[in-house]
Amino acid sequence: MRLPWWSTGSLALLLILLLAGLPLLAIALEAGQINLPSVLSNAYTQRVIRFSIVQAALSTLLSLGLAIPVALALSHEPRFPGRSTLITLYSLSLVIPTVVAIFGIVAVYGRTGWFNTFLTSLSIEPLSLYGLNGILLAHVFFNMPFATRVLLQSLDGIPGEQWRLATQLGMPYRSRFRHIEWPALRPSLPGLTALIFALCFTSFAIVMTLGGGPRATTIEVAIYQALRFDFDLNMAVTLACIQLVLCTVLMVFSTLLARHIDSTIGFSGLLKPVRWRPTNTHRWIGILTISIATMFVLLPLLGLVFATANTKFLTVITDSLTLLAIGNTLVTAVVSAFLSVALALGLLISTRHLRVRLHHERAGIWLQLAGNIILVLPPLVLGTGLFLLLQPLADVFSLALLLVIAINSLTALPFVVRMLEAPMMQAGRQHDRLLQSLGIDAWHRWRIIDWPLLRRPIGLALAVAATLSAGDLTAIALFGSERFKTLPLLLYQRMGSYRLDEAAVTAGILLALCLFLFASLQRIIGGRAHA
Amino acid sequence: MLELNELRYSVAGLSWYFEHQASTHSVNAILGKSGSGKSTLLNLIAGFLQPQSGDILWHGQSLLKLPPDQRPVTSLFQHHNLFPHLTVEQNVGLGLHPGLKLNPGERQKLLNVLDQVGLPDQSHKRPAELSGGEQQRVALARCLLRQRPILILDEPFSALDADTRRGMIELTLDVIEQYQPCVFMVTHDVRDADAMGADMLEIRENRLFHVN
Amino acid sequence: MTANLFRISSAVTRIGALLSVACFMATTGHAAARTLTVYTYDSFTAEWGPGPIIKKAFEATCGDCSIDFVPLDSSASILNRILLEGESTKADIVLGLDTNLMAIAEDTGLLAPSHVETKELKLPIDWESDIFVPYDFGYFAFVYDTEAIDSPPTSFDDLIGAPDNVKIIIQDPRTSTPGLGLLLWMKSVYGDEAAEKWEALQPRILTVTKGWSESYFSLFLNGEAPMVLSYSTSPGYHMAVDETERYQAAAFDEGHYLQIEVAALLKSSDNQQLGQEFLTFLHSNEAQSAIPLGNVMYPVTDIGSAMPPAFEKLIQPTEVLLFSPEEVRDHRRNWVDEWLEASSR
Repeated sequence: MRLPWWSTGSLALLLILLLAGLPLLAIALEAGQINLPSVLSNAYTQRVIRFSIVQAALSTLLSLGLAIPVALALSHEPRFPGRSTLITLYSLSLVIPTVVAIFGIVAVYGRTGWFNTFLTSLSIEPLSLYGLNGILLAHVFFNMPFATRVLLQSLDGIPGEQWRLATQLGMPYRSRFRHIEWPALRPSLPGLTALIFALCFTSFAIVMTLGGGPRATTIEVAIYQALRFDFDLNMAVTLACIQLVLCTVLMVFSTLLARHIDSTIGFSGLLKPVRWRPTNTHRWIGILTISIATMFVLLPLLGLVFATANTKFLTVITDSLTLLAIGNTLVTAVVSAFLSVALALGLLISTRHLRVRLHHERAGIWLQLAGNIILVLPPLVLGTGLFLLLQPLADVFSLALLLVIAINSLTALPFVVRMLEAPMMQAGRQHDRLLQSLGIDAWHRWRIIDWPLLRRPIGLALAVAATLSAGDLTAIALFGSERFKTLPLLLYQRMGSYRLDEAAVTAGILLALCLFLFASLQRIIGGRAHA
Repeated sequence: MLELNELRYSVAGLSWYFEHQASTHSVNAILGKSGSGKSTLLNLIAGFLQPQSGDILWHGQSLLKLPPDQRPVTSLFQHHNLFPHLTVEQNVGLGLHPGLKLNPGERQKLLNVLDQVGLPDQSHKRPAELSGGEQQRVALARCLLRQRPILILDEPFSALDADTRRGMIELTLDVIEQYQPCVFMVTHDVRDADAMGADMLEIRENRLFHVN
Repeated sequence: MTANLFRISSAVTRIGALLSVACFMATTGHAAARTLTVYTYDSFTAEWGPGPIIKKAFEATCGDCSIDFVPLDSSASILNRILLEGESTKADIVLGLDTNLMAIAEDTGLLAPSHVETKELKLPIDWESDIFVPYDFGYFAFVYDTEAIDSPPTSFDDLIGAPDNVKIIIQDPRTSTPGLGLLLWMKSVYGDEAAEKWEALQPRILTVTKGWSESYFSLFLNGEAPMVLSYSTSPGYHMAVDETERYQAAAFDEGHYLQIEVAALLKSSDNQQLGQEFLTFLHSNEAQSAIPLGNVMYPVTDIGSAMPPAFEKLIQPTEVLLFSPEEVRDHRRNWVDEWLEASSR
């Protein structure tokens, strides 16, 4: 009995289509009845669209503008003490749940936070965190470290000969930058720009918590408000359609531009040899840059840790609401991670056959793109579709668990596909003729070849997907209710009401849970390091 | 007898035409510049590529419909003959059963074959613990174990140093001696072909010729 | 590709197992026979709110019955939730709507007459609805921190022209009843000029929160802004409980907008009798006495000595402003859009 090679891919595709296509269809059907021009001429809608674009553009500009000097400074200081720890810290911002980071950011930069207390003590007018300021700050917190890592990788890839040549020629720093570093950085920039812009454009939790009203509302948040505040399906569908179009455009752009970005998690932290001897002034500027950037990333985390250790700790950790939320978070995270990885493997097993064995590279990549559906159909648009689809049939909120799992697994899918693609294709390419000649196929191939070779990347993909899902505030904001809450929702609500101590403990628990999920899934599924 | 009947294959603007008959126990060496299509021919026989037209017959039966593992063919490649995460024993055992389900008799046979290629007591090592020459011996052991009547050697000695290479050629000759397969080997070194006592074939201008 | 089918099927088994666990976790905690499910907003049921006291007192009067408060995140959520659930709703009672949402809620056709006598209530207006039962009332007002502001604004114009350090926190009219209250307050003061005035007010607004408690507790009391949209009664709590006069309400010359909070019974409820008993109980001395310091509003009956003396010191509106529920129903959408447009500028 041999199932054809396309069976897993079709099954995965079918599932993705059910999860994403049906809601999309529901939106399309509903959208037919909307007078789009009249909505588009609505001043509020226009402003929301404009704000979404402006904040994303500013966030991208700031993140990259800060990441470049930090990456340069780190690259100039290969023996800086704690450099590799620092770089690991920079990758941490990818795994920390958004709400947890927001809590830390408020603890540091809020009106009564450390930063403003410091400013006030210098009689400087304190900074307001709400509105555009807060959104930009949080976006930079998440994206600057990410961009730094990608750029640092490009800089570390500069061959040593180029540096030696520059030293022999006695090039001043300005020319070194122009002729060596800038050409190394430049290829990554368009892709990074597109990626960060797309992330900020569809960012939800940050804008919802720090936005502060109609002046600072993005399309994602406006969709949420239309659904949850007004129960205005027309408005939600209209905004969803706009978002769909804009995201499609963005996705096409970033696919074209971001081909060379390697956003894998994990880092080699190797010490690089000293490339050149910078002047003392230069070194001091570099060290100052690194210190400021480190403070920027570290302070909110410290703020969180300090806040967690408060008198409410025992009360919160034994509270039934908290315990229930921990259970719900674990279940959603683990199930959606497995679903996400199963979908990715389903797709990739078929695309590997197409690409490696049948040499239909393009067809394979097209099929693989199905995994990116969420980039075109962001969680809130998908949620709107699911709302439309299910609301006549059932009480949407009673299906929260399933809906949150479905949305979260699709949200993680692009990351999972990206993480598994390279190892799967490599394993396939290297051994394809041998596998064919020995007739190692299907179940045997999985058991004897793929699983042992791929369990580490699979473990990592599961860990990342579970962490992403555990920290999700988008799907749960839309479908959560008093009947079904996860930790991020509980944290958001505790932050929103007056219970800051409880919120701090909740944030601490959520962070610990994410780290636990990450480590244990990677260990259990990925196995011990070998090969 | 292996017959290539008006075999045509084209890809990316290039096309080949092969017409040849090789007797059941012959050793055939295929020479030619790199890119001339030597590996293409082997891939067609092994079933990794499908021709646009023509036929490949073994004892009068067409092989075209058969997937690679069901053809009377076994191959020894230049690289990637072994799975890095499996032991020597497992790598060889895959030649008997793709799911590694071996009965005691088959296991005994497997150990004997490892003995024959000069690798006794190495059965639990992983490929990384072996030298390049030893790795190729393991792969050869698998060919010996499978006893498929057509043996394809795709530059199996190219990556080895001179001494190892000589030993490997002798061992291969032993193997051929033992079960008399129809051998097709690709090499860019005439001396290898000579040492194997092969009939020389050459691919020129996308066609196969005898070399005298 | 059986291998992968196996992977998927094992994943499905796993999902199934986990789902059943999760469903179990989600459904436990459902209560016994005569249970009255009450949808309300979260601050009503908070440990410091009137909810727990009223629950305890009512359960003591009715024997084997129990109250199951379902705290939703805002008044608008209460309305949205029953709209969404329709006749299959689990709610017997909705508690926490106000005069502004009454007509909209009544139009759903989901609510039943209360049969509760309301003629004797001490309200600033005559009560006519036979569906909605008032349980407290108050006036919207800006509460300020006397340590941050010396002379509070005395009118909206004054507020609009206030110096730069006078920042206010308000709530979103789509989610919060005080937020909607401010919208209507401005509308009743400025009429057609409201949109311009909103725009002029923008520089004063620090942020717009989803609910009142975020504004009041997390931001205002933590010193994020010196002024917040709340009730004229809010200082009463600080004076009575915290024994501080630090927080005061600013009296506006134009008058203050009235909010009356109401409860109602659902037609689909199987507990009509018990529901009516609960609605009647809301006017009992025990329940009303929990209002001034629990919900920090005025009670709707005379509770005599149970009234905290601090409430005597509160500002009294020179004029009481109120739109009829029907006017709000007819114009809310447009006025909210007008607000959205003016505030997103």
